Amino acid sequence: MKRVNKNRIKKDPPIKPVKQEHKQTSEAGGTFNDKVIAYRDLHIHALFSSLARMIASPFSSIMTIAVLAIAISLASCFYIVVANIHQLTGSIETSNQISLFLKEEVSDAHAKKMVENIRSNQNVQSVKLITKEQALEEFKEYSGFGDAINAIKKNPLPIVLQVLPKNSLYVKQGLDDLLKGFKQLPEVDFAQFDLQWVDRLQAIVDVAQVFASLLNSLLAAAVLFIIGNTVRLEFYSRRAEVVISKLVGATNAFIRRPFLYTGFWMGFISGVSAWFIVTILMLILRGSVERLSGLYDGTMHLLFLDFTETLFLISTSSLMGVLGAWVVLFYELKSAKS
Amino acid sequence: MIAFSNVTKRYEETGDVLRNVSFEIKRGEMAFLTGHSGAGKSTLLRLIAAMERCSRGQIIVDGEDIGLVKESQLPFIRRKMGFIYQDYKLLHDRTVFDNVALPLIIAGYGHQEVSRRVRAALEKVGLQGKEKKYPLALSGGEQQRVGIARAVVNKPPVIIADEPTGNLDPDLSAEIMNLFRQFQQVGVTILIATHDISLISQMDNRVLKLDHGQLVQS
Ligand SMILES: Nc1ncnc2c1ncn2[C@@H]1O[C@H](COP(=O)(O)OP(=O)(O)OP(=O)(O)O)[C@@H](O)[C@H]1O
Ligand SMILES: [Mg+2]
Repeated sequence: MKRVNKNRIKKDPPIKPVKQEHKQTSEAGGTFNDKVIAYRDLHIHALFSSLARMIASPFSSIMTIAVLAIAISLASCFYIVVANIHQLTGSIETSNQISLFLKEEVSDAHAKKMVENIRSNQNVQSVKLITKEQALEEFKEYSGFGDAINAIKKNPLPIVLQVLPKNSLYVKQGLDDLLKGFKQLPEVDFAQFDLQWVDRLQAIVDVAQVFASLLNSLLAAAVLFIIGNTVRLEFYSRRAEVVISKLVGATNAFIRRPFLYTGFWMGFISGVSAWFIVTILMLILRGSVERLSGLYDGTMHLLFLDFTETLFLISTSSLMGVLGAWVVLFYELKSAKS
Repeated sequence: MIAFSNVTKRYEETGDVLRNVSFEIKRGEMAFLTGHSGAGKSTLLRLIAAMERCSRGQIIVDGEDIGLVKESQLPFIRRKMGFIYQDYKLLHDRTVFDNVALPLIIAGYGHQEVSRRVRAALEKVGLQGKEKKYPLALSGGEQQRVGIARAVVNKPPVIIADEPTGNLDPDLSAEIMNLFRQFQQVGVTILIATHDISLISQMDNRVLKLDHGQLVQS
């Protein structure tokens, strides 16, 4: 073999022509295109080689991704719960109806007369009378305490007038004045905006929402830490490659690239897995939520993640993967000077 | 092309490994660097690669002061130099082909150009047909030649070699020297550290000699 080599080397044309050729290609017009293609190939290669490396060590990959997917699906669940409660309160919010609870001694006939009076008020759109009997029926139907109520001799419920103010009267002050007027009527025991309890519910939902955001921030931090640590371990296990690449002229960007793709894949696969976890959970919950929805006149439907939300879920987790990897690499490369 | 002026390198543990070293190697020149084991040859070469910074003095490579180059610019300086290491520094989980291709891929060469050049470089060092092998499946001399192929594949204007023939038999050593001479003929600047005296005597090139960190002949 050696002999052959020797002969070959001797016969080899001098290196000069090759060098000139190199100059031609690197300075010719087509080079820019070539470089772009080479750059794209580099990315594609990094994309798939980092995936291949994850597949090459399936157990650790699966365990890391499982933890990430659980964290991400928890965050998604918080989001969905808040969104559903929002929907629930949203459908009630639109009414600014006033309920007048009349004193016990007021008769049905007198109540009817009151309805006429109130209806003539120019700020009032409509008035609805709910007699004691109607209220009781309604209560029996929805509460499920029918038998217990039957046992009570005297109907404990008051007559209620539901007053719907005109839409033009949307100003808070006008509504308050109207309510004040009703409160001064001698027959009225108690008057309130239906809105009031909606307001309270709204406040509770707001608290829940803030709380969910806080929890989600914690989960996001956990995801960043997990991905960062995984990438850091991989960085150390491929240290020789990093050092040698640097010695032959690799920029930090080149060295970072495969690790960023590793982060991307972890985020992406975890995001997709989280979507499946959430969907399965929702399918399990669906039955009982539909039953609940029935109790609310079917105004409530279980909200799933829609298309944009799914897209957001997956792109956010992918982005967090890249971010977690990037932060770790920034510090590792800064401290690893060769 | 490569100029040292009053370069001193001090390690905390071992003290001054290089002391007041000054020399200049012109463009297209081929020179040897010799000296006893531990004289500081590898250290001197590491300074040129900016793997380490000198404690005092100035090192200029291709008109650039290595000591002043920003960290972000180092890669581009290193691409101008082909390094051959005493311990090869090959990636054991990559094939011979991938090892040699690394500098080209880093420099952003296209797929076909990479494979054409890698094949040419492997042929030059007599390793054609071993592209798919892994470095550990090769002999020491073959690994060394993979390292040489990787150093020249990019056609750098400067080649720095640390004991490039340390593991080669005399025939193969002569061949590699022949290869270096071909590079020199097209204007490549070459600095070779070795303690193979017989090789140096055959070659009739300039010799820089280190003794305990001091340049005693240049
Ligand atoms: N990173 C380091 N830290 C401390 N001392 C070092 C370091 N690297 C090298 N040295 C010291 O510098 C001296 C010169 O080492 P160097 O590797 O340059 O010698 P050399 O001439 O290449 O020897 P050889 O011919 O055996 O390769 C040695 O005494 C060594 O102990
Ligand atoms: Mg040495």
